[in-house]
Amino acid sequence: MDFLRPDTLAEALALKSQRPDAVPIAGGTDVMVELNFDHRRPAALLDLTRVPELREHSTENGVVRIGAGVPYVRIIEELGGALPGLAMASRTVGSPQIRNRGTVGGNLGAASPAGDTHPVLLAAGATVEVASARGVRFIPATEFYLGVKRNALEPDELITAVHVPATRAPQQFSKVGTRNAMVIAVCSFAVALHPGEQRVGAAVGSAAPTPRRATEAEEFLSGELTATDQWESPKPLLDSVKRRFGELVAQAASPIDDVRGSAAYRKHALSVLARRTLGWAWQDYTGKAA
Amino acid sequence: MRVNVTVNGEQRQADDVWEGESLLYVLRERLGLPGSKNACEQGECGSCTVYLDGVPVCSCLVAAGQAQDREVRTVEGLAEGDALDPVQEAFVEAGAVQCGFCTPGLVVAAHDLVNRVPQPSDPEIREALAGNLCRCTGYEKILDAVKLAAQKKSAR
Repeated sequence: MDFLRPDTLAEALALKSQRPDAVPIAGGTDVMVELNFDHRRPAALLDLTRVPELREHSTENGVVRIGAGVPYVRIIEELGGALPGLAMASRTVGSPQIRNRGTVGGNLGAASPAGDTHPVLLAAGATVEVASARGVRFIPATEFYLGVKRNALEPDELITAVHVPATRAPQQFSKVGTRNAMVIAVCSFAVALHPGEQRVGAAVGSAAPTPRRATEAEEFLSGELTATDQWESPKPLLDSVKRRFGELVAQAASPIDDVRGSAAYRKHALSVLARRTLGWAWQDYTGKAA
Repeated sequence: MRVNVTVNGEQRQADDVWEGESLLYVLRERLGLPGSKNACEQGECGSCTVYLDGVPVCSCLVAAGQAQDREVRTVEGLAEGDALDPVQEAFVEAGAVQCGFCTPGLVVAAHDLVNRVPQPSDPEIREALAGNLCRCTGYEKILDAVKLAAQKKSAR
């Protein structure tokens, strides 16, 4: 096995193009588990923790660009105001030790259907920035997840950043697990209000081969809110609306039975999470708009 | 490969390190520092917690090569000579040790907490130690020890 240690992004991209078989490693919270358990023996590791370009975040034109190597703890501490949903999901990742190391870039690279940040990235309308020696391209989060632990990266590409619109509108994230810390989601859900576009974003995690948008639920709720002029003058949501939203979210999922929970439980739990998180987000919006 | 790393203030060198090896393995098996414990090897238990450049991490999830030229502080590096750190004293005094296996990780995690938060509340302690498992389930005494450690620290 080779251990490749680039000091700059250009060097990292050059190495990845020469060695497409090299596995990128940042926080190591997924890659090292696979190595420790002998599940994977890559030909090379490409250590990205020395690449300064990946450890920065910046905000331009209302969009936050988060370098792929920014750990969760910094998203929580430095970006909680602009990206409430992502910060919320980041707080549920692993434990303090894991949040000190783990990164959104790694979450995207692993592309586990259970990754905590995916539903938020989908609901918030994020874009994944990837680069290779050939250049940079931008992949909407909605097109990034291709299958169980499969993403849209080419073998010579690295995830360099994720772009998430900054917002003042409410966002919520919730996940089901057996305890608060160190939990792989049984299922998870994110909702984001986009008052400017009169649109609601909603997505499920750990309930399909990939993280997935709940498109019908989004359209139903967006239509309902616009038709009743609620973006301008919000009123408490009818229970029937919240309930229907929850049903449509559950319908968007195609979960399996596994050790963490049954498919039926996941669908039921998702409808509850959707109803509750929407309630919280809307209460927040009603308060802000009033 | 060779790994050069500062451990507890001392420049150390490990040779013949396998590229897929963890920092934990290097510390325990190559540098003779068995304080950090090896249990889950997947970041679940926290018993291998060390500081890496001042930040608590699970050393089982750090590739050895990632520690090159970095600073590591293990549980062995908390005491000053024979004088225990207030966190270590508090664990002894509160009896926050049963089998002792989780203790080094908890001591490092608690050390970080009381350095960041001088008077941590119960929820803050629980949150800070959420990544450290004690299978003897001696958590009550551990909570007592962290509170005592905070008092000792502020008294100094």
